[in-house]
Amino acid sequence: MYAVIVGGGKAGANVARALLRLGHEVTIVESRTSRLATLEAEFEHMARYGDGTELFVLEAAGMARADVCIAVTGDDEDNIIIGQVSKEHFGVQNIVARVNDPRNQEHFDLLGIAPTVCATESILALIEHEVPQHSLVHLFSLRRENLDILEIGVVEGSRADGARLGDLAIPKGSLVISVLRNRVGRVAHPDRELAAGDQIVAIAEPGHESDLMEIFAGD
Amino acid sequence: MFVVVVGCGRVGASIAQSLIEDGHDVNVIDQNLEALGRLGHEFPGNLIQGPALETTVLERAEIERADAFVAATNGDNTNIVIAQVARDRYQIPCVIARVLDPSRAKFYSQQGLTCICPTRTAIDMMEGALRAFAAEMTEDA
Repeated sequence: MYAVIVGGGKAGANVARALLRLGHEVTIVESRTSRLATLEAEFEHMARYGDGTELFVLEAAGMARADVCIAVTGDDEDNIIIGQVSKEHFGVQNIVARVNDPRNQEHFDLLGIAPTVCATESILALIEHEVPQHSLVHLFSLRRENLDILEIGVVEGSRADGARLGDLAIPKGSLVISVLRNRVGRVAHPDRELAAGDQIVAIAEPGHESDLMEIFAGD
Repeated sequence: MFVVVVGCGRVGASIAQSLIEDGHDVNVIDQNLEALGRLGHEFPGNLIQGPALETTVLERAEIERADAFVAATNGDNTNIVIAQVARDRYQIPCVIARVLDPSRAKFYSQQGLTCICPTRTAIDMMEGALRAFAAEMTEDA
């Protein structure tokens, strides 16, 4: 596989290392000369100088034959442009883009740049998972596939409290995949009895959150 | 009509002023307070300070009711992104982006975005002037 990585910061360099270890071919495009020197010391000819939002720079980096474009610069507008140009102009099938400011996520979604990775959002999801403030946590979103992985706490007195998983009317378009109790996760089984304090992990199409909350959290 | 202009540099400020003189309503966004100072206290429209990539800033400029949108910041990529947001999210009927890089301007024009490329215009005019002179020289020879 050939990957063109635009943005040679920590994220870009580490992605390059990981891909090289897996035996793939990479090019890293970097526009800061001081950073480029560091990259060249490690990646030699695989590091290239240039503004990755310029078409001729991407052309020279071989974007036309890339299997994947990884847009991980520190500027969201640049990552959007890199994604659009790679997809529409160079015909790259797979785009992965970094969202630096979560407020810009909506622009990536609107302009069809997916999947995206946002460090702030990932950290927040982890905090919610570790220190749940709400009984519903978005663990992961498969945006392009239109699926969410949700974690929901079973609340005392809810319909799920004391019920067999198989007896609950789980809405169509959602599926309970795992039950967590005392930090031990088990793959969900219809015979499993639920109790307050358990957490269930469900995979769901968007729009089922309130129905699932009603069953497990009782509101 | 009502126009939102983003970027209050020489281009944005001048367009905003001309539109007001023509009797239109204009709100102007710029990240930099000093840049907004180009328009002075008498400017009748709202001046909004903030990054135009943020929808809250666009909405403070009342983008929802805009008939036209001009993206003229000093960043090509910012202009291209906010112009697409204005067109696709807010359905503004007339959206114009200034794009200095001729190749990006060409690509996004092909994608249906109205891009004005001052660099392309300068190249064409200078080439035109040189060709005219070259033609005169061959005639004289």
